[in-house]
Amino acid sequence: MIRLDKVGHHYSSPDGGDVVAIKDVNLSVAAGKFVALKGPSGCGKSTLLLIAGGLLRPTSGDVEIAGVEPYKLSLEERAAFRANTVGFVFQQFHLVPYLDVLDNVLAPSLASGRKDWKRAEALVEQFGLTHRAHHTPSALSTGERQRAAMARALYNEPKVLLADEPTGNLDPENAAIVLKQLVAFADQGGAVLMVTHASDASSVADEIITLG
Amino acid sequence: MNIWHFVLREIRHRKLNALLTAVSVAVATACLSGALVLLKADAESSEKALAAKQQAVESAGAELQDAMRKIMKGLGFNVVILPKDQDLQEMHLTGMINKTMPEDYVDRLANSNIVTVNHLLPTVTKKLNWPEQNGLPIVLYGTRGEVPIAHRDPKKPLLDAVPRGSMIVGYQIGLKLGLGDGAEVTLLGKPFKILKTHGERGSIDDSTVWINLREAQEMLGMENLIHAIQALECHCAGDRISQIRQEIISILPGTQAIERGAPALARAEARDQAKVTAQQSLADEIESRNELRGQRERFAAFMVPLATLGCALLMGLTTLANVRQRRQEIAILGALGLRSRQVLGIFLGKALLIGVVGAIVGLIVGALVGGVLGGSEGGAGVDGATVALSFALAIGVALLGSWLPALIASRQDAATVLQQD
Ligand SMILES: Nc1ncnc2c1ncn2[C@@H]1O[C@H](COP(=O)(O)OP(=O)(O)OP(=O)(O)O)[C@@H](O)[C@H]1O
Ligand SMILES: [Mg+2]
Repeated sequence: MIRLDKVGHHYSSPDGGDVVAIKDVNLSVAAGKFVALKGPSGCGKSTLLLIAGGLLRPTSGDVEIAGVEPYKLSLEERAAFRANTVGFVFQQFHLVPYLDVLDNVLAPSLASGRKDWKRAEALVEQFGLTHRAHHTPSALSTGERQRAAMARALYNEPKVLLADEPTGNLDPENAAIVLKQLVAFADQGGAVLMVTHASDASSVADEIITLG
Repeated sequence: MNIWHFVLREIRHRKLNALLTAVSVAVATACLSGALVLLKADAESSEKALAAKQQAVESAGAELQDAMRKIMKGLGFNVVILPKDQDLQEMHLTGMINKTMPEDYVDRLANSNIVTVNHLLPTVTKKLNWPEQNGLPIVLYGTRGEVPIAHRDPKKPLLDAVPRGSMIVGYQIGLKLGLGDGAEVTLLGKPFKILKTHGERGSIDDSTVWINLREAQEMLGMENLIHAIQALECHCAGDRISQIRQEIISILPGTQAIERGAPALARAEARDQAKVTAQQSLADEIESRNELRGQRERFAAFMVPLATLGCALLMGLTTLANVRQRRQEIAILGALGLRSRQVLGIFLGKALLIGVVGAIVGLIVGALVGGVLGGSEGGAGVDGATVALSFALAIGVALLGSWLPALIASRQDAATVLQQD
């Protein structure tokens, strides 16, 4: 489902020098698999995730996601591809501050045009947020925020789920809930690529890849 | 969840930013609609004032015209056309004219295109002692009635002709004769019937006897000759007598003309001058109002675009601040698959909404302020064009101001922002 072939990326820094973030990475995540990505800080895990999500064009190598080579698409096509294929979960959740939980879950419909209140409500319920559905993120606990972000990532029924330290800010109880949902997504045939530091998180993964 | 829902939520969340943008749009709109309303109110009140003044001048002019006509009529004949060789010194001293001119002069005058005089009356006059009345001194006055001027509409004559065999006598003569109207008298051997005795006029008229011109000419042995042509000068401004002389002499080279009753005419002329002055002051006022209006229009034509530009700039800066504030949110929407033109749509949609609100607020404020300053009740000055222009300007300012920031937002690279947090 996710296939990275000799992918490399270097950032050009303002002082002229290049920062090599990753180099010749080969990686694949099959459908129904949960892969954890580990490595020291600054080894390029987040960079790799953005590349795998069709958000950052690598400076070298090939990327294929769900049978599509996203960097061969136009910008607009790639955006549409992301809307329909990829779900993101970030350590900082990145919820839209002025939308309530239900509207945040529905936000991907702006991109996909697929408006399904029932689905949004079902996801909110699935993540135990029904009683918080009409609260904005500032009124939520961190665990609730991450659950809302997870619900949003799943709204468009993506084929791959990319999570960048999704449990990094959570207490063990909430971390367990999030991991459980990721495992469930993989069990239903999705591909999960998760960046993590925590060892207990890697215990649920089918495969652990270490960068750097 | 649609773009409008999203935009409204954002506006509610960042009220100050939305308020600032709406205020900048409203200010630009208020400047425009206020200027339009003010200029319109100004034009209307100016028009009203001028119309009132014009009417006042016109009605005063009509009254004046009427007064002039009465004065002129009261004066009676005030131009005397005399034979060229008449010694005026002698005439003034004796009150009599001793030179003659052909009677057909009056017809020549009447058939000419003369404009300076009216009411032509050919006369013969002679001072004599009435033999049948113990040598009573009288002025015999022969008149044939007025000769209508061919190129003019007939006017009511100032003096009627005296039929043959009749006479009209002055006040003093009436007293001396002691006879009533209808009495029969003889003058130089001819019988006459007294038609009428005039009331006292306090002039030589009181000692005058009027008879038919033909009869007078026969009695005095002056067939086809006359002493003078009496005329009434037309109501015209300027150095009248020289104009009259010029015109008469060009038609009748064998004559001279003198004017009587000049002081009264001068008075008439002064009134005439007053009318001219009133008209001039009206014209001056129209000009100064037009000039003032031109100044205001030029001022508005300069200030409104300036205010618009300033407000568009403010709108742009405020929207730019909004874009910076929303970097992460835009990045996450990008990660969710929002296309760049959808991001553009979110910002321009917000601008449109704010443009409409700003237009309504600005229009109301502008109409009120413009109305108060223009001295009319605000609503009266707001026409369809003002509303349309205000909306066009408000939406134009809003879209123009947010265009660049919205473009920046839509071009923002999601990955870069997401890496930076
Ligand atoms: N926009 C950028 N411009 C320049 N260098 C960058 C940029 N983003 C990341 N880097 C550099 O690229 C390298 C990889 O960064 P990345 O964020 O992928 O690391 P990471 O493995 O996710 O680290 P961490 O575990 O701390 O999150 C780092 O050295 C980082 O400083
Ligand atoms: Mg990272």
